Amino acid sequence: MSQRIVVGMSGGVDSSVAAAMLKEAGHEVIGMTMHLAGSNSRCCSLDDADDARRVADKLGIRFYVGNYKDQFREEVTLPFADAYLAGRTPIPCVTCNKRFKFDHLLQRARALGADAVATGHYARLGRGGEGPSLHRGRDRSKDQSYFLFNLSAQQLAHIRFPLGELTKQEVRDVARGLGLATAEKPESQEICFVPDGDYARVVEQLRPEAIPGQGEIVDEAGRVLGQHGGIHHFTVGQRKGLALSGGEKRYVVELDAERNRVIVGDEVALGCSEARVEAVSWTFDPGPQQSLRGSVQVRHQHGGVAATIVPDGQRSAIVRFDEPVRAVAPGQAAVFFDGDRVLGGGWIAGRLRPSDSGQAGRERARSELRT
Amino acid sequence: MRIYLDHNATTPVRDEVVDAMLDVLRHHHGNPSSTHAEGSAARRLLEQAREQVAQLLGAAPDEVIFTGSATESNNTVLAMAVSEGRGQHVVTTTVEHPSVEEPLAVLSRAGEVEVTRVPVDADGRVDPESVRAALRDDTAVVSILLANNETGVVQDVAAIAAVAAERDVPLHVDATQAVGKIPIDVNALGARWLVGSAHKFNGPKGAGFLVARGAPVHPYLHGGPQEKRRRGGTENLAGIVGLGAACALAEAELDARTEHVRALRDRLWEGIRKSVPDVVRNGDPEHVLPNSLNVAFEDTAGEILLEVLDGEGVAVSAGAACHSGSIDPSHVLTAMGRTPEQARGCLRFSVGPGNTADEIERVVAMLPELVARVRAVPR
Repeated sequence: MSQRIVVGMSGGVDSSVAAAMLKEAGHEVIGMTMHLAGSNSRCCSLDDADDARRVADKLGIRFYVGNYKDQFREEVTLPFADAYLAGRTPIPCVTCNKRFKFDHLLQRARALGADAVATGHYARLGRGGEGPSLHRGRDRSKDQSYFLFNLSAQQLAHIRFPLGELTKQEVRDVARGLGLATAEKPESQEICFVPDGDYARVVEQLRPEAIPGQGEIVDEAGRVLGQHGGIHHFTVGQRKGLALSGGEKRYVVELDAERNRVIVGDEVALGCSEARVEAVSWTFDPGPQQSLRGSVQVRHQHGGVAATIVPDGQRSAIVRFDEPVRAVAPGQAAVFFDGDRVLGGGWIAGRLRPSDSGQAGRERARSELRT
Repeated sequence: MRIYLDHNATTPVRDEVVDAMLDVLRHHHGNPSSTHAEGSAARRLLEQAREQVAQLLGAAPDEVIFTGSATESNNTVLAMAVSEGRGQHVVTTTVEHPSVEEPLAVLSRAGEVEVTRVPVDADGRVDPESVRAALRDDTAVVSILLANNETGVVQDVAAIAAVAAERDVPLHVDATQAVGKIPIDVNALGARWLVGSAHKFNGPKGAGFLVARGAPVHPYLHGGPQEKRRRGGTENLAGIVGLGAACALAEAELDARTEHVRALRDRLWEGIRKSVPDVVRNGDPEHVLPNSLNVAFEDTAGEILLEVLDGEGVAVSAGAACHSGSIDPSHVLTAMGRTPEQARGCLRFSVGPGNTADEIERVVAMLPELVARVRAVPR
């Protein structure tokens, strides 16, 4: 059945092909670029809007640019900076997806008389009798379901992911076949408003008044080992930039924003056996009341590990990993999977390390990490 | 059939204009600067167009210089005014078009001018007394928009000219939005420089002009003897002939056009006011172009309303769209005291001679439901 569908077009090859496929399938497609960040950012800047417009013209679809610069700064970039300053490692893409690509865009689509939005994400949607389900994209190397965990069942019902069954290579082939201007456009890897990967500099530009000065690098016992230039330069698991002399390999294991301290430790100290997860949401209604088993992914490009997820109160959960996980960073998302299906997830608020459960636990962790 | 209510952005080209231009393109390839018969024929067409422009504006033909756009004309004037040696100070307003605002910003960054921007009142009007207060001994030019492109508000340029004349300061009037819509007489306005463009009144795009009176004009584009060395570059003859034809049509039809578009515009506002709750008209309703209506639809995003109307076949405008189509809150409306949030909810309707009463009724009929739909979008 032909539908009117609004496609969020970033100006990249993926969303271009998503729009093309829906058009091909006989839908009435309206392209929309969300102008999110200033022109110094690579993604969703105005050059990209031009590329999206070129594709829309080629496809013969209506095309608009929505101005969301102010809201994006309020809801995405400033919280991103604040998270770094609070010692967390944020993933702004999750909030951007939920709030902009789906909340805002879906609302706007409704005003335009459309009942669905589509994007070029590599993820799949199942449409069973019990409502929609969210799954990993078939191209596991491009899978983006991690970034979509907090979409509600209600949102999923109005979303289309036309690329879910395709590989990146196939997407490029489709784009070439249709002669789309974006067919050879390079991949975007970094966070769109941090085009050169220099997070600290972006944090400094966004919150110049709140930048912490020099602080101490300490070990887990609190011994001062050196100095650092502000905790926003660090993330859990990081080795680079510590400038410590000699000895064993040391990693950032924790960031103490209150005391502007970077706490370092060895590989074992980096392990996490249990994490507290907040703002938990589920992709199906109603969410589970009891603990469940699943695979939990703690960052993008992480395969996921078997774990028990224990709901704890209204919107939080404890995740008990079957084996310690390296460098679990507060601020990242913990996403719960059953096979390739996304069950839900939440934000990592804190972790329990193997060492926290006594010497025996630490020894066990050490042997497990070796294997 | 689509309903085009965005004539302040640009207008459809009249058939008579197209015919005149096609005749040039098909039969007059000569270069007006050439001596031979082909050149002379082209030259005659060029000078005829110059007379048509002069006639519409009460200027002498020799005072009319053809340019590529009103933007080029404005850049020419501002660069010239500050290089004349009177001083480095420019008086303008907070509601200027970007083609004045941005050259001034560039000159200002380069340290070549100092700009005083006179504010407007809540209705978008400039008080000539505040222009008087802004004038200095080193003021090189007063630059003012005759009719605002977004609100249609018309300034009391004659009064401002009188104030400037007391201090012997030349006046630059950007009349782009007003030419062909209201009577304009450069003498009555007291302008030293007056700027316009064909595409705003049923002529082609790419055909601007500058009326320059008095002292010599320094070219902005150097490169040839064209326009008596006042603007280099081979003339866009077809465009210029189209401009001339559009001026001749405007002169012949001005009264009828004014009456027609005013009646449609007033009916549109009447209809919106009665059928859509929480609307406010922006700008002085007395001193406004007869075709322009700027409406604040409270609790809406103008850019979404624009898209929704577009889907229903109606073309309007919401603030100043940048190159990509991303719309920022209008600086004109914020200068009039609207909050950015209010400014985001405004639409500009600009009627043209080709619109019909039936079209206006259809828009009035569809608006209540569409506005309600957009108001349901949380922001």
